[in-house]
Amino acid sequence: MNLRAMKAIVRKDIRIVRRSKGVMIPLIVVPLIFFILIPLLVSLAPSLINMPGLSLTEFDTFLQRMPGDLQSTIEPYAEDQKIIVMMVVYFFAPMFLIVPLMVSSVIAADSFAGEKERKTIEALLYTPTTDGELFLSKVFSAWLPALIVSLAGFVIYGVTANAAGWRTMGELFFPNWMWVVMVLWVAPAVAGLGLGTMVLVSSRVESFQEANQLGGVIVLPIVALVIGQASGVMYFSTRLVLLLGAVLWVVDGVLLWFGIRVFERERMITGL
Amino acid sequence: MTDQVVISAEGLTKHFDEIQAVQEVSFQVKKGEVFGFLGHNGAGKTTTVRLLNGLLKPTRGSCKVWGLSPIHDGPALRSMTGVLPETPSLEERLTGRENLAYYADLYGVREQDIDARIRQLMEQFGILDRADDLVKEYSKGMIQRLALARALLHTPPLLFLDEPTSGLDPVSSRQVRTLITQLSQEGHTVFLCTHNLREAQQLCHRVAVLYQGRLVALGTPEELSERVQHQARLEVEVEQSDQAKTASLLGAKGYDYMIEEGGSTFDIRGVGRTSTPSLVKDLTADGVNIYKVSPQEPDLEDIYFALHETLEEKV
Repeated sequence: MNLRAMKAIVRKDIRIVRRSKGVMIPLIVVPLIFFILIPLLVSLAPSLINMPGLSLTEFDTFLQRMPGDLQSTIEPYAEDQKIIVMMVVYFFAPMFLIVPLMVSSVIAADSFAGEKERKTIEALLYTPTTDGELFLSKVFSAWLPALIVSLAGFVIYGVTANAAGWRTMGELFFPNWMWVVMVLWVAPAVAGLGLGTMVLVSSRVESFQEANQLGGVIVLPIVALVIGQASGVMYFSTRLVLLLGAVLWVVDGVLLWFGIRVFERERMITGL
Repeated sequence: MTDQVVISAEGLTKHFDEIQAVQEVSFQVKKGEVFGFLGHNGAGKTTTVRLLNGLLKPTRGSCKVWGLSPIHDGPALRSMTGVLPETPSLEERLTGRENLAYYADLYGVREQDIDARIRQLMEQFGILDRADDLVKEYSKGMIQRLALARALLHTPPLLFLDEPTSGLDPVSSRQVRTLITQLSQEGHTVFLCTHNLREAQQLCHRVAVLYQGRLVALGTPEELSERVQHQARLEVEVEQSDQAKTASLLGAKGYDYMIEEGGSTFDIRGVGRTSTPSLVKDLTADGVNIYKVSPQEPDLEDIYFALHETLEEKV
């Protein structure tokens, strides 16, 4: 493995992304909403409940639809604390996964389809790197930033939630083990899902925009998880998150296998 | 130039579904040679370069570069080639210097040499003062010069240059032509894809002409000119009073000629360089006073278009 060349490709791809407004804006705005705005608003929820027209009864009705395990987990908390724990710890957990998914897929679209669009791939293919080195470099270019944003986002989310919720909670309530597993086990797999999908999509399209539009459907499984949890069909327990991660890693493996076959010099050059 | 074969292609063929991009192409390129690859757009020049660098797998036939197979030894082979592709392929969101530093890493230039090498090349190509500007702010000519600098970064012994003077002003074009000659003298081999026939004639030791994926002519420009010798002309300026005598002599010998305006210059068709001495001898023997003799040999452009016309007629 030519590690020096691989590092150069990763470094260059990240530098290119940093200099593109079209790529950077969603990479900044979405994490800001998910990691700062949402925990802040949720932590203000108990005050909102005291507003005229809103009552805890509606929340209780919502809570009664939840699986028994979840109900007993949050049982020891006071009513206003339950809202924060329910929302910050459980309800937004699947939404958190949107961030690594989005970061990896946007960067992968720029790295694979974008390089085709800018017609910079040809000179890269003439270099002494192997197909495998090129593919892995491109994978890391998208995967590593997604991991870094997820980990940083997790810390920011935790600090914001604990700080904003301190008055109501009176203690540090975030994270629990489920979140640790989700950030270290599921988020990297979700990032792999985003980039794996984008590698396959990028082999068939000519532009960054096209890749993003087609690859956008990958967010649907996350939406399904959010709906599944909101409707009480399931909840993000540690066991479920472990299982979800395992399934996603298998899917990543399959996507990677197809990706290596798609990422062949001849296919890349004839696609120009 | 030496006898060491750097590139050898044998029956090289590449099909893309129904399109026959390259068909049964065979040739050899020797070390230190400037080898011209001529052809219209879509003739198969770029596909051949891609085959020789292992970016494409041949449908049939084989090729070796430095004795290596492009398919099996691609990385090792590509570390010895520098390519200026048809499109410059530079990252517009990086500066000129960042682009070169990136490719220096990919080509394995020694880390301690990178800065000096980049500086040297940028200075040589006249873009050092813009080294830290983003490439998107460069003119077309500057981009082409930067792409050329990239092809030379790792001092490759074999260069593939696809239209190297495209987009360059006359001064830069001359600089590139001088560079190609210099590289050849230093022992580098240059595979030059071009439409610029005068450039090919000026620079190339040998040329290959590609037509619809087939190699239709191969040789030195002089050898190829023999094939269209009927297009050669000889201009002879004689004394005004010798016009009738000259016309009569040329007519008797069966020459096809025209008398240019003024009446003292004869434009004789089909007389190449080799036939010139005997014709001059005949004229002087008959007492014609000759002031000027200038053979008009067919150049590469004549050869190229003559070949293409013949092939178009066949098609």
